[in-house]
Amino acid sequence: MIREDLQTSQDQIKAPLIVFQGVRKVYGQGQAAMEALKGIDLSIREGEFVAIMGPSGSGKSTCMNILGCLDTPTSGLYSFKGIDVGLLARNQRALLRRHYLGFVFQGYNLLSRTSALENVEMPLIYRGTPAAERQTRAKNALDIVGLMGWETHTPGELSGGQQQRVAIARAIVTQPAVLLADEPTGNLDTARSKEIMEVLLSLNREMGITIIMVTHEADMAAYAARTIRFLDGLVASDHENGRAV
Amino acid sequence: MIWNTILLSLRAIRRNVLRSFLTILGIVIGVAAVIVMVTIGNGATAQVTQQIASLGSNLLMVTPGKRMGPGMSSSSPLFKVEDAEAITRQIPSAVAVAPIVSKAMTAIYSNENWSTNVTGSDNQFFKMGNRVIKSGRSFSESEVRAGAASCVIGETVRKKLFGAQDPIGAKIRLQKISCEVIGLLESKGQSSMGQDQDDLVVIPLRTFQRRIAGNLDISIIGISVREGVATEQVKADVERLMRERRHIAANKDDDFNVMDMKEIANMLSSTTRVLTALLGAVAAVSLLVGGIGIMNIMLVSVTERTREIGIRLAIGALEREVLLQFLVEAVVLSTLGGIIGVLLALAGSFWLAGALNVPFVFNAGIVVVALLFSVSVGLVFGYFPALKAARMDPIEALRYE
Repeated sequence: MIREDLQTSQDQIKAPLIVFQGVRKVYGQGQAAMEALKGIDLSIREGEFVAIMGPSGSGKSTCMNILGCLDTPTSGLYSFKGIDVGLLARNQRALLRRHYLGFVFQGYNLLSRTSALENVEMPLIYRGTPAAERQTRAKNALDIVGLMGWETHTPGELSGGQQQRVAIARAIVTQPAVLLADEPTGNLDTARSKEIMEVLLSLNREMGITIIMVTHEADMAAYAARTIRFLDGLVASDHENGRAV
Repeated sequence: MIWNTILLSLRAIRRNVLRSFLTILGIVIGVAAVIVMVTIGNGATAQVTQQIASLGSNLLMVTPGKRMGPGMSSSSPLFKVEDAEAITRQIPSAVAVAPIVSKAMTAIYSNENWSTNVTGSDNQFFKMGNRVIKSGRSFSESEVRAGAASCVIGETVRKKLFGAQDPIGAKIRLQKISCEVIGLLESKGQSSMGQDQDDLVVIPLRTFQRRIAGNLDISIIGISVREGVATEQVKADVERLMRERRHIAANKDDDFNVMDMKEIANMLSSTTRVLTALLGAVAAVSLLVGGIGIMNIMLVSVTERTREIGIRLAIGALEREVLLQFLVEAVVLSTLGGIIGVLLALAGSFWLAGALNVPFVFNAGIVVVALLFSVSVGLVFGYFPALKAARMDPIEALRYE
């Protein structure tokens, strides 16, 4: 249903993919209330590669949760492809995630004792993709992240960098509109981090996937075309990068 | 979708084979116990019914003494052969009336001896007890009248005394009388009370009275009632006749007892049926315990897999899909347990039936019931853990360490 709603908005392709207008997020109530986001305005267009930076507690994780439709704003508007996500029920947001979003986490979050291929296939199972097509697409995704031949290995048998690449393959196997990466290189050394960033960069450039990435490291943020800095629940700065590399 | 969910749960079960096995052990044992108990119980009931039928359910046993409960009797005058003759004459529904007197004795043949039960009666005894002469013959008219030293033996006695030899025509010794074996009875196996019905030597009544007992008493009169006639009616007739013959005043109790084998049969089979139900119920409790085991492990599994649930929810799994996944996992586990339990039970009860010497009565109904029960155990005890998983907040779940 959501899918159809979204199809109709395909004509507004030029309009920004993601719009935040005065987004506030408050945790708790009364005296104990804590305002994590204090009114964020931003817009992200299709095909962008955005880095989100900021110190701990600046609200960037809260912002990612809302961007990922895992949470809803307390007030303000979050529009994704023209849809007001704040109005959606839990299950509708799940469907939105299923069809348009891919997630990469700092801790990889792969299913243990499950082969790389089965991990990558998982999102397709929820989409009801037939088994044969599921396998082909999962293999393709693993190929894209450079893990051809590692299909049958379980996470325990893979290095950190490889595990993160499996996680990226899992996120892109559905060909999402947006890839949300929460400190994807947080657990990796510099060399592995660069590899992962190269993978993300090529996904952005060659497949046109919009990428929004939270990171602590300026080196990594430099791969993105645009950096948004958070401070105390507000956007402190938002500017285009001159691309490094 | 449901097929994918089953696939997912099978993957999850396979990921933790040992724990899955231990989880279903409770169900396996529960299902197996219920089926074994019921199968063996049914076998025992069938055996009792069958034995009673072979004994003749239309059998009345008249014994002297007041009825004082099983095995007890007060001393009262014994019967005479005339009592049996009177019953034959006056009660036409009694097709076979056998005067019976018996004593435990040692039978000797060459250097073999065997302690057995020697019964004095006539050919009516065979007719009454549905006994068939396997080889040789029954008593002749003159042997019965004259009290000849001839006997018919049971299969157990033949085996113990003669081994591989042919017993017909041989002479065995019972105390001081030497007795020619003229017939061998067809084997009948154990009675419902566990007695060996083949461990006997039958000699003519007169021979017993004269040369063993030394009196004319009869301890039991066995009566076989004509097929299709109510045994209750004949029992009443026999009671009336015996009261008359023993001159019992109208205000006095009987000093004899007429036992209807059908009553005993019903009593025995209802006892085994109650016992079966009881054992089945006890076994069912272990099924319940097995169900609680499944709930316990599913709760542990949900907690342990909090992150996995978080990932699934983040990737776009719906609440009901996660619920279904864990529910199906519980049901698949319990059903697997049920299937293994059924197989185990069939093998086990087949073996146990052999060991306990009761027929193996396969009951498809109880197998279906046990399987359905194990499925519903999974549903009931898996629901709460599954709900817990489905209701998780993906953000919290992903942060869970």
